[in-house]
Amino acid sequence: MAVPLSWYMLLSLAVFSIGVFGFLSRRNIIIMLMSIELMLNGVNINLIALSHYIQDLRGQILAFFVIAVAAAEAAIGLAIVIAMFRNRATAHVDEIKEMQG
Amino acid sequence: MNFPLPDLNPVMPEILMTAFALIVLLLDLLIKKKEAVAVISIAGTAIISLSLLKTTGSTFGGMYIADGYSTFFKIIFFINVILTILISIKYIAVERVNYGEYYSLILFSTIGMMIMASASDLITLYLGLELMALSTYVLAGFIRHNLKSTESALKYFLLGAFSSGFLLYGISIVYGLTGTTDLRLIATFITERGLSGNLSLLLAIGMLTVAFGFKIAAAPFHMWAPDVYEGAPTSITAFMSVGPKAAGFAVIGRVFMIAFAAVKADWATILIPISILTMAVGNIVALSQTNIKRMLAYSSIAHAGYALLGIITANSEGISSMMNYLFIYAFMNIGAFAVIIMLRSEGIKGEDLSDYEGLSKTHPLAAALMLIFMFSLTGIPPTAGFIGKLYVFMAAINAGYTWLVIVAVIFSAISAYFYLRVVMYMYMRDPKTELPLTTSFTNGLALAVTTAAVLIIGVFPTMLVEFARAALKGF
Repeated sequence: MAVPLSWYMLLSLAVFSIGVFGFLSRRNIIIMLMSIELMLNGVNINLIALSHYIQDLRGQILAFFVIAVAAAEAAIGLAIVIAMFRNRATAHVDEIKEMQG
Repeated sequence: MNFPLPDLNPVMPEILMTAFALIVLLLDLLIKKKEAVAVISIAGTAIISLSLLKTTGSTFGGMYIADGYSTFFKIIFFINVILTILISIKYIAVERVNYGEYYSLILFSTIGMMIMASASDLITLYLGLELMALSTYVLAGFIRHNLKSTESALKYFLLGAFSSGFLLYGISIVYGLTGTTDLRLIATFITERGLSGNLSLLLAIGMLTVAFGFKIAAAPFHMWAPDVYEGAPTSITAFMSVGPKAAGFAVIGRVFMIAFAAVKADWATILIPISILTMAVGNIVALSQTNIKRMLAYSSIAHAGYALLGIITANSEGISSMMNYLFIYAFMNIGAFAVIIMLRSEGIKGEDLSDYEGLSKTHPLAAALMLIFMFSLTGIPPTAGFIGKLYVFMAAINAGYTWLVIVAVIFSAISAYFYLRVVMYMYMRDPKTELPLTTSFTNGLALAVTTAAVLIIGVFPTMLVEFARAALKGF
């Protein structure tokens, strides 16, 4: 059975939306980082499905770059969380309120 | 079989900068005195900036372009990086974070900005943006024993990563619609297929606007800016408020003016309310700030609103006035931060507005320089800030946005209150305590350069204006 493009795009939208919702509603930094990863991977599904549909390689190349950058981003994010944790032992954003914007 | 070597000439400044940043990273291991690393960074950057002179053309299959537009922005980035290093040498020693990787991180961030200014493909744009952003996240949290600094890095990182998710989703929609990521091919596709008014395209433009809005700190995507600017090391606040902002504008200009040229009316309708809101939030909330770094953060939000007017006009006059504005903003903002940095000394924060009381009596020269920068940020002649605003407003009026300029002028008048309040504190109040100033030769040099630039551009603006116009040829 052939899977139409729209299914992939809907899946991608669903994963991306779960990521956005998770980022906005969860207050634990690690879970917020995971939500960002979900957003990026939702985009990757979209890029690869479209790339296959258009028969053009650019989308897949961009997906590889996104994976690489996401890895760097996770490394830096966790490093910042650890630096934060050393100053104040918490991973909860509501307790991080030295400055109120 | 032979592979053709791509033309490396257009990308030469970035290659040299990358090699140089790696060398600085290695030198840090060998050199004990970190001031030497700073001096080497400045000298190297200054030499590499000469390579901008003869780089034109496009390479890597049209993914990368070096033209007058990108060169103009790269000059802003070079000025930004050199002035930032000049003001940080003493400051990071005072903050007890005198580590050498500080300089290589600043250089890497600058490379990211240069790639953004030159990107003519959404893939290169994304990579440049991430290189810039990731280095800046680390720099914001560089005082790692300080809770405020790490907190600002965390906030910047979370919201920055969130916004890059939106950027990517926007890119994937554009890619799905047009089948390409090349900015010029996207433009051709949109006109040929008559895609203007297409809802998916509007959604993509909206998502890209959200992502770029985060980078330039435009309202309603500005929430991170005050906290990050307050908590980050002051030298990095100066760096962030000029470099990433200018890079964001460079990208907005290129993507919107080239890729989405056919749907100008649509994105102008999105950008006009954003610009008004940005000016309103920036100028009105700044009124109630008592921390000067936070106040300048809101001021930097407001300035993004003025510069957006140049994009909204969507013609070469508007774009060149936006470029002028950012060029001038680099000098006046880093100048103001150079004065703020002098008030920070061992054990004294010097960030509160009350610290400026009676500064003219205790340190007349520092007060006079702050006066010049505050006048310039307000936009009072004969300083450069006036010229920047004048050309942006003139371009908007010529394009028929007179009402928008009236709004901008009203907000600009409001801004006089909080800028001139600093001047009032310095000149009309008596000093409570004698604050020591942390002076150094390099900081003085940065102050001399910025003051000279603010006054010279303010009195003789023609050269800069002509330069920006010439840079736009062939854009």
